[in-house]
Amino acid sequence: MTALFATMKSGFTDWLSRPRTPESGPIVLVQRRVYILPTRHGMMFAVVLLMMLLGAINYGLSLGFVLTFLLVALTFNAMLYTFRNLAGLSVTAARAPSVFVGESAQFTLNLINPGEFTRYAIGISRERRARSADDFADVPAGASARITLHIPSERRGLLHAGRLTLFSQFPLGLYQAWSYVHPDVTCLIYPRPAPAGLPLPPAESASGNGASHGTGQDDFAGLRAYHTGDPPRHIAWKAAARGHGLLTKLFSGQAASEVWLAWERLPSRMAPEEKISCLTRWVLDAHALHLAYGLRLPRLEVPMASGDGQRERCLEALALYDTLERPSS
Amino acid sequence: MNAAKPIAAISLRNTVWITLTLALIAAPHAERLPLWLTVIAAVFCGWRLYLARMRLELPARWLMIFIVAAGSAAIYLEYRTLFGRDAGVALLVLMISLKLMETRTQRDGMVLAFIGYFLVITNFFYSQSIPTALYLLACVWLITATMIGLQYTREAPPTRSQLRTAAIMLAQSAPLMIVFFILFPRMQGPLWGLPTDAFAGVTGLSDSMSPGSLNKLVFSEDVALRATFAGRLPPQNRLYWRGPVLLDFDGRTWTAAPRAMRNQIELDRRENPVRYTVTVEPHNRRWLFALDMPGTLPPRAGISVDHLLLSQVPITTRTRYEMESFLDYGIGAASNPAPARMLALPAGFNPQTRVLGQQLRAQHGNSEAIMNAALKMLRDQKFVYTLEPPLLGTHAVDEFLFETRAGFCEHFASAFVVLMRAAGVPARVVTGYLGGEYNALGDYLIVRQSDAHAWTEVWLDNRGWVRVDPTNSVSPARADGGLAAALPDGVSLPRSARASNPLIHQLALTLDSMANAWNQTVLGYNLETQRALLTRAGLDDTSWRTLAVMLIAATGVITLLLALLTLRNRAHKRDPALALYRAFCAKAARAGVVRDDAEGPLDFALRFATARPDIAPAAQAITQLYVALRYKNINKNNELHELRQRVRQFAI
Repeated sequence: MTALFATMKSGFTDWLSRPRTPESGPIVLVQRRVYILPTRHGMMFAVVLLMMLLGAINYGLSLGFVLTFLLVALTFNAMLYTFRNLAGLSVTAARAPSVFVGESAQFTLNLINPGEFTRYAIGISRERRARSADDFADVPAGASARITLHIPSERRGLLHAGRLTLFSQFPLGLYQAWSYVHPDVTCLIYPRPAPAGLPLPPAESASGNGASHGTGQDDFAGLRAYHTGDPPRHIAWKAAARGHGLLTKLFSGQAASEVWLAWERLPSRMAPEEKISCLTRWVLDAHALHLAYGLRLPRLEVPMASGDGQRERCLEALALYDTLERPSS
Repeated sequence: MNAAKPIAAISLRNTVWITLTLALIAAPHAERLPLWLTVIAAVFCGWRLYLARMRLELPARWLMIFIVAAGSAAIYLEYRTLFGRDAGVALLVLMISLKLMETRTQRDGMVLAFIGYFLVITNFFYSQSIPTALYLLACVWLITATMIGLQYTREAPPTRSQLRTAAIMLAQSAPLMIVFFILFPRMQGPLWGLPTDAFAGVTGLSDSMSPGSLNKLVFSEDVALRATFAGRLPPQNRLYWRGPVLLDFDGRTWTAAPRAMRNQIELDRRENPVRYTVTVEPHNRRWLFALDMPGTLPPRAGISVDHLLLSQVPITTRTRYEMESFLDYGIGAASNPAPARMLALPAGFNPQTRVLGQQLRAQHGNSEAIMNAALKMLRDQKFVYTLEPPLLGTHAVDEFLFETRAGFCEHFASAFVVLMRAAGVPARVVTGYLGGEYNALGDYLIVRQSDAHAWTEVWLDNRGWVRVDPTNSVSPARADGGLAAALPDGVSLPRSARASNPLIHQLALTLDSMANAWNQTVLGYNLETQRALLTRAGLDDTSWRTLAVMLIAATGVITLLLALLTLRNRAHKRDPALALYRAFCAKAARAGVVRDDAEGPLDFALRFATARPDIAPAAQAITQLYVALRYKNINKNNELHELRQRVRQFAI
């Protein structure tokens, strides 16, 4: 409560202490970090109340006074309600799934309501301007709600959620309470793949296994111990069920299709970003063909492997290549 | 800074809410608005709901602009102005109806809600009674709920919770509202000129009287004034509430002309004083009513030479004043020969009465004997007191005295004065109220418009002006028992005048005493009562500065208290099943089996069974109940009761 007035009074110190650096873990919107101001509707309502007061005075309407004062008291009360709607809320950020440049990054936040009343119409945005009903959530009493923030991705690399604004105008829309949160969450933005149709580089026999030429992946060639990154659908589940541990099925076609997706194979006149786009396209194509592939960039090499793990590793390497970011994991 | 809400289209649900709420607020205006406007507003409400229901496009803007122009023109033709109270309300209703047809977004809905609050206040121009206040309070509740409804961004919760939030918020606003009402500095008089029609349509006496003007009032149940007596209530037949004194007669209509004012009261004789307080309803005239004969002057009022109390300004608000009257009095004895004006009669009217007057003068000589003879005539000639007198022609008094012989008090008063003047006795008509109904519940007298009465004053040598009520000669019951007693049964009368059903009558009196308390405390709260109240509360300085400081301080304190109530950190209500299970765990711990925080209830039950096989079944039953209560969707009351029993009986 005192924080409500402290918020107004010591606005400057609070302004200084706005979260500028990411906070990790659950962020509790304590009262001192919730701000409140009248909305445009609130201002308009004040004008209406003034007109009503003048009318009541001029015509000597006792009930006009009663009504005006009831509404004045209501606006005071509404301020408390709007403030309460946000204060005490706690926010945790979930991991944001990686997307390609051009798609929108989806930061999912978990809003936890420890109070015993439902918090309606909690909005989230980067520039405090909600666009659709999806930017709002209702958080039931003693429960939590998920809210997803869509941020368009423009560059490959790590996209920081940045300073987000949680806001609410509930219940009367006369005030807006808001609070800044800066959750420690990032979204990995993969490079934009070049258009499909780019031929893959020729297979190599560098690993020495090139002798066995197969035509498809249906030709079962044997089992080997599971390595991290093997595609889940190649795991011999039946064998696992029998208690033999995790084994990976090998197919005769695989070994033959080992491909090095290398920077130097692309024409040197290509711009680096274009090359990265092409490499991304290759990774996607090679993955779709269930090939084993490796990625070679200047000063960086992802060893030969296959499967979903390999796709992720390669895309991350391409996303972060030559950016200042370090991989988060 | 203030993020605009998304331009969200207004939902069907919110459209219904706002439309119906506005219709309810505007409903009381329906009886005052021109019919065509009421119909237009109703049609627009229905049309808007239909469009919302069918998800159709709203009408084009040019059509709306056309209707605004046409409607405004029609209102101008109706009222001959676009300003003032009635035309203003009509214009507001028209604009709201049209705005409704333009309401597309949630934001438009908010604007309509604001206008809704404003529309509430316009109802108070016409009535501020308790029922009106309750009805409009319900309307305010609905608008507030509508505003809450406009704020939901996801699926709206049940209507009940929306109404509940609005009710709680309004109820919490009440204390601050009361503080504001008491402490907000009141001002005297209007801030700017009131429109001329601000107080139109109030019933009451006028400053003229023609046949039929008073018996229209008789059917009005409106209260004219209420009076609280300090001592005993004087008898009914002495409660003559003095109103306009009418001197000039044009053959048909009696009128009151402006008269010289005095600042002090001159009474020849003052006996039998009565002290009382009058609360007069606004009638938009200057006169203040008092019992014959007023002995004090209310503040900001004077008295005419005809002994009529006149306020300096028209009585546009309910006005309260202390009075002292002398029921036995003498006036005007010293004012030598009454002016010729009191003898004047229009030429060419009522020749028969003039002749009769001259005959009376010739027969009796002195004024008092003439007066008595005339009264005897009224008594003896079987005159009838009736609410439905026959229509009278040009020589109204002649026809009344010699042909129809039936009339209401105004006929008797008028005819008597004409006759007196014809006989050379100065006389005048006095209008006002006679009697009133005593409300034992609130210990006050209610005087209604239906108590309107007309009597006369005759100037006698040595005695001055003497009150003579010719109606009394014909129908003494009028003065003793009121109108209902004076008229035969079966004549239609306002409910209040004839106490048909004692129960209903008692209820009516109860309601009126509530209305009186409401008028005195809430509606009558003004500059004077505010000052009196604060002085009584021990405040010496009642300047607006002091009040402003107190107001701000009180607002701070109340808002702080409310904030403590609203914002205190309340943990989520603890699950009773969990509490019982904890009690069980505490008992188990005393038995030596301590439950680890991370241990699930089922695991703990297993461990407990191995440690204490003797009481394992009881622990098992408790665990199963607890698990069922916490994690299964079951009828909780029975299970909870059983769990409570078992935990209590659980002994180590």
